[in-house]
Amino acid sequence: MLQEESDLSLIIAQIVQKLKGSNLYSQLERQAWASLQRPEIKLESLKEDIKEFFKISGWEKKLQNAVYSELSVFPLPSHPAAPPEHLKEPLVYMRKAQGSWEKRILKSLNSMCTELSIPLARKRPVGEQKELLNKWNEMGTDEPDLSLFRPVYAPKDFLEVLINLRNPNYENGDSLSFRTHLGLIQVPLKVKDIPELKECFVELGLNIGQLGIDDSTQVPPELFENEHVRIGQKVLAEQDSAAAQQYIRQGSPTALRAELWALILNISSQPEDVLYYEQLKTNVIQHDLLVDSLIYKDVKLTASNDDYYFVFEDYLYQVLLCFSRDTSVLSHFAYNSASPPKSYIRGKLGLEEYAVFYPPNGVIPFHGFSMYVAPLCFLYHEPSKLYQIFREMYVRFFFRLHSISSHPSGIVSLCLLFETLLQTYLPQLFYHLREIGAQPLRISFKWMVRAFSGYLATDQLLLLWDRILGYNSLEILAVLAAAVFAFRAVNLMEVTSLAAAEAVLADLSTLKKT
Amino acid sequence: MSRILVPCHVKGTVALQVGDVRTSQGRPGVLVIDVTFPSVAPFELQEITFKNYYTAFLSIRVRQHTSAHTPAKWVTCLRDYCLMPDPHSEEGAQEYVSLFKHQMLCDMARVLELRLILRQPSPLWLSFTVEELQIYQQGPKSPSMTFPKWLSHPVPCEQPALLCEGLPDPSRVSSEVQQMWALTEMIRASHTSTRIGRFDVDGCYDLNLLSYT
Repeated sequence: MLQEESDLSLIIAQIVQKLKGSNLYSQLERQAWASLQRPEIKLESLKEDIKEFFKISGWEKKLQNAVYSELSVFPLPSHPAAPPEHLKEPLVYMRKAQGSWEKRILKSLNSMCTELSIPLARKRPVGEQKELLNKWNEMGTDEPDLSLFRPVYAPKDFLEVLINLRNPNYENGDSLSFRTHLGLIQVPLKVKDIPELKECFVELGLNIGQLGIDDSTQVPPELFENEHVRIGQKVLAEQDSAAAQQYIRQGSPTALRAELWALILNISSQPEDVLYYEQLKTNVIQHDLLVDSLIYKDVKLTASNDDYYFVFEDYLYQVLLCFSRDTSVLSHFAYNSASPPKSYIRGKLGLEEYAVFYPPNGVIPFHGFSMYVAPLCFLYHEPSKLYQIFREMYVRFFFRLHSISSHPSGIVSLCLLFETLLQTYLPQLFYHLREIGAQPLRISFKWMVRAFSGYLATDQLLLLWDRILGYNSLEILAVLAAAVFAFRAVNLMEVTSLAAAEAVLADLSTLKKT
Repeated sequence: MSRILVPCHVKGTVALQVGDVRTSQGRPGVLVIDVTFPSVAPFELQEITFKNYYTAFLSIRVRQHTSAHTPAKWVTCLRDYCLMPDPHSEEGAQEYVSLFKHQMLCDMARVLELRLILRQPSPLWLSFTVEELQIYQQGPKSPSMTFPKWLSHPVPCEQPALLCEGLPDPSRVSSEVQQMWALTEMIRASHTSTRIGRFDVDGCYDLNLLSYT
């Protein structure tokens, strides 16, 4: 019992420390000062009266939402003897694998830099700054020569690294035995099986109403849809994050989705946030980064070619370029197994006071990165709010899809979960695909890494992302991937090559995810 | 509560296996680690900390100092404590663990020797052990510094001299000054850890190539 109490007080101390630096803290302080004028606040019972005031005026709710948000995002404090790397990733061999993968990326970026003789970062001359400021809302019309740039890596390169991931303490014999994994992933992480998944995703059961199925035109709205919308409006009126997260597990009505996501992610557009975004925009205008060209190239290759998302091209630049300059993203590396790339100011190699991170947010975009932002453009039209939502989604979920870690929502666990589900429940299909050299993970990996963005129709995708937010976990991506294979199983049993298998699964846009 | 590290000597692990170690196919599933305290008198154990490395279950036996003539016997103080919920998977495999006095089955008042019995029933792992083993005993309850004489033996109160009129009451002034001092200490102690947000150094962001650490 002593241990639990001291754990709890440690968690409380950690959250208080985090919130002290936030906007909410100074707002609460100001409110408390202002409330002293009110007649119901008496000096004798000052503490109680102010607490009561906060409860009535809704400030306590805001504080509750902030605490809930911190609890959802940050992992629990670990053992006092554990070094900080242990919080990033407890397994030593995975840390090493992530380290060598990062080294490869840095080498690739450095060689691109030297081959093309383009500096990593460059201060723009004043004329160029003015020009960019004028063109800020239509950067898509710019057609720079990007032919020499290539993406730093693509999902399939990352898949090769994951396939070669081995635990040195594990019996990795060459001969097939009960120990060998039949799929591509060879590390023995703990993944949920169907009974555990059923328990975890209980709100997705067949006997519970879901938006996406039970609101179709054949079903009369009185059965489920009307009541669900009414509850949604009530949740928004109460402004309660935890309730919103529970509610959204059954899907969100389209009209309420933008506000619900903002409530769950605890984003409220304050003037300070708009100012912060403007500051980032100024940083973009002042300095030109090599990473910007990678972003341009990625948007041109992926989002601009997509039927649903090409209209949002300008928004994507506005969000992604600012994202690269945002140093507040660096704080998520405390619980991300990845580490931000480091460099020194020219001429000051090795001097710690001239050490900087590159790019400023520590995240190097890969091929398809812009697809994380694209679906959000349907929900938010104001650039600073769109930016905040994307940043929060990235530091909560998307970073796990492209770093090597043992976390249950990390991409390695998702791949293993997918393969295990397929082997257990569709063994014939799995065996057949394996025999023809079409390992199922090779096809589904790209779906999971992009969280199905660009592969599902947008309304279905947003219903999927509703569940990611509702369950605070990415496991649903692996379950959906296995379900897609199950759905097309009959066709897949007849194919005889990887290419044909890919063709059967190429177009998911007709699938209704629910 | 404070704790003091007890210097210990960890003997090499001994594998327990049925049959001949050289000829049998499987790997041992039970290891025993003896921990002695050569230079320390029998002490009260407060906490055991270690880093797990693929051990699934841990049992601990302790030999305590008994009075006079009865020989010290081995007693089990922790039985089959689970470190890995699923011995075949990685969960809990490399975690840091603390075990406290209140989790033990017996009194840990006069510890002479400890014996850790590690079990790993799964044949998947090549080896297993515990690392960075540290034993702690209860630290002193109150700080052992000596107080200056005037603090521990204060002189009786003197009569305050009569003040001139117009000056404020000294006790009120002193209490207000104390409050202000407490406030400044609080403000000094509560610094925020938020970043400023600058990514460049004095306006310059002209970089070398990226470094590999």
